[in-house]
Amino acid sequence: MSEAAAPRPPIESGCPDGFQYMHPAMRRNYGNWAYHEDPQPGVLLHVAKDGSKIWTVKIATQRILDVFTIRKLCDIGDEYADGYIRFTLRSNIEYMVTDESKVQPLIKAVTDAGFIVGGTRNSVTSLSHTQGWLHCDIPGTDASGVVKSMMDELIGEFTSWNMPNRVHITTSCCQINCGGQGDIAINVQHTKPPKINHDLVANVCERPSVVARCPVAAIRPALVNGKPSLEVDERKCICCGACFPPCPPMQINDAEHSKLAIWVGGNHSNARGKPTFQKLVAAGIPNNPPRWPEATAIVKRILKTYKEDAKDWERINEWIERIGWPRFFELTGLPFTKFHIDNWRGARASLNASAHIRF
Amino acid sequence: MAEHFETPMLDELENGPWPSFISGFKRLRDDHPEERIRETANSLLGQLEHSYETRKGYWKGGTVSVFGYGAGIIPRFSEVEGTFKASKEFHTLRVQPTPGNYYTTDMLRQLSDSWEKYGSGLITFHGQTGNIMFIGADTENTQSFFDEINEYGWDLGGAGPDVRTGMSCVGAARCEQSCIDEQRIHRTLQNNFTDDVHRPALPYKFKFKISGCPNDCQNSIERSDFSVIGTWRDDMKVDQEAFKGYLETKGRQYLIDNVITRCPTNALAINDDDTLAVDNRNCVRCMHCLNVMPKALSPGDDRGATICIGGKRTLKIGDLMGTVVVPFKKLETDEDWESLVEMAEEIIDFWAENGLEHERCGEMIERIGLVNFLEGIGIDVDPNMVNNPRQSSYVRMDEWDAEAEKWFERKAEEAAG
Repeated sequence: MSEAAAPRPPIESGCPDGFQYMHPAMRRNYGNWAYHEDPQPGVLLHVAKDGSKIWTVKIATQRILDVFTIRKLCDIGDEYADGYIRFTLRSNIEYMVTDESKVQPLIKAVTDAGFIVGGTRNSVTSLSHTQGWLHCDIPGTDASGVVKSMMDELIGEFTSWNMPNRVHITTSCCQINCGGQGDIAINVQHTKPPKINHDLVANVCERPSVVARCPVAAIRPALVNGKPSLEVDERKCICCGACFPPCPPMQINDAEHSKLAIWVGGNHSNARGKPTFQKLVAAGIPNNPPRWPEATAIVKRILKTYKEDAKDWERINEWIERIGWPRFFELTGLPFTKFHIDNWRGARASLNASAHIRF
Repeated sequence: MAEHFETPMLDELENGPWPSFISGFKRLRDDHPEERIRETANSLLGQLEHSYETRKGYWKGGTVSVFGYGAGIIPRFSEVEGTFKASKEFHTLRVQPTPGNYYTTDMLRQLSDSWEKYGSGLITFHGQTGNIMFIGADTENTQSFFDEINEYGWDLGGAGPDVRTGMSCVGAARCEQSCIDEQRIHRTLQNNFTDDVHRPALPYKFKFKISGCPNDCQNSIERSDFSVIGTWRDDMKVDQEAFKGYLETKGRQYLIDNVITRCPTNALAINDDDTLAVDNRNCVRCMHCLNVMPKALSPGDDRGATICIGGKRTLKIGDLMGTVVVPFKKLETDEDWESLVEMAEEIIDFWAENGLEHERCGEMIERIGLVNFLEGIGIDVDPNMVNNPRQSSYVRMDEWDAEAEKWFERKAEEAAG
């Protein structure tokens, strides 16, 4: 019995070799691609320097895949593609084929199975998203449900090339923002300080590290009802929720007061301008499951304005830089408030220190 | 089988054309041959519906790991286990994918088969920190599942204050813009720090991300502490015949409006003979013209990487982009590769020594200043590291002459080759 009980030491193999799972044409032409074309939305054609070609069909899935769905995707890959699958950063799936005649049957097969072909070039590609209520320990909202609801409405922009340039949308269930920067980001924004369960703090939280986590030094140790606990200076508190992960008794999530905020203009590409961070445009949006219609309506309004007003190749940040923020708020009909004026460190750099005004 | 939990709100998410994760959960609940998986899916649906109704999450963390490791499992215990019993332990295993996320269908089936034996039957490709996320196993099965897939080549990723799982773009495998060997860079860096992935002992998380060109499809500059971005330093390649082809098909006005005038440094012009002129000394490798005309333009031959350090999202001091620490790193000889790894080691060691608890590398740099960081890791200053020189005169400069001398010495060494 003692032998069976001995724990198995792990094989610390780390990150596996990618070449073993790569389509042979990609292995063969590694580093030797010449150019690409976009035959139709959702399809890429890459041509290697030796003239050989590979077609990619990009499809959207629900990201959280059950084994039935995975096997269905594998069946399609075996029957209509060449048995290889790649996942993109935004959880799209790419099938690769070297025979052009396989492209349309593959598209038909994935479409018949309920998947959506698109997400290339100047489209709205899949939202990148986080875990939310399904699995996170600190979420203010769900993620997969928000994405599903929003993409149901934006599907026509996923399957076409109607945007001035590509649009990356992200969601995040707290201000840590695991969803990351996006042309449009929909993030939880708490509006009330944490509610503290003083009976639990001493046992659950390492108090000095919780104090150290607060970005505005609003938390201090305190004796409450004779017990060591923490208290929050509510005039200083910015309701970010940074204290909640290290100290769950400092509950920041609130069914009513945890809202959604929308940020625009995050762009990680160096194309034309340097990479940019996203900026606040709307807040106070209700966290309204199961369909979050208010958030979707604002996203659609921003996208419609961008589509109508931006020039080819302008990402959302570049479009706004050209037309100016006053016009952005005018065209979208969104209110400009005192909360849009930054007061965090480095905020002066965001002020208009010039006489450049559009009339 | 216990009775199905009612899920009226989640049922709404089965409507509409986009693929529904809820339908997937229900397939596991209704159609899976194994009772354990059916029960787990039912319980999970019940708890998620409860979250939708009350607008709150009901998972708490804890401590779960596999034998020999201190990271890689995200423990989840239900706070409402009395009602939703079958998913009361619902841990995630973070597993490192290949650079660029490549799979064969055979391998996906094998992973699914293993997961079905021990877990919930739900897998996410991939989480925001780059891992395959096998969502939903109890503590005992976590070890069993890891043991099984570890035997055929898969290892856990990072979690907590450690080196996290790396991420790379599609890269040289299928992109003409790629300037570097992402596969090799990713695995060389990442697998040098396997110990730091599995045993959290750093101030906070540390991420490597690799993009083959300045389009940075991997979003490395905003989302990683150590961002490697492919670039080139000789002239870009121009196929003038292909450029004329674009002139004919797209039209002169289109190219003027969408290429020539969009160059951020005005480095492009159309000559009278309809050829393209490129001022390569003033090209900043932004990629725009290559993106619009991939047949006509391509990166040069003298390729390498720009390395930016310190990118991160909001907490605690606000967003930081990675900033240039190495303007150009050649990756050709064994020495080049060794020095890349040594640099990463220097950076992580210096940060481990000097970073405060829960302080990202970029936050430490902001706190101590870039120059102290550069001196700590032994890298010389370079004007490519700044947008502009200092504008504040509040600085003590009595070592000016010695510093100026260092610059001239470095320049002389470079000139001597």
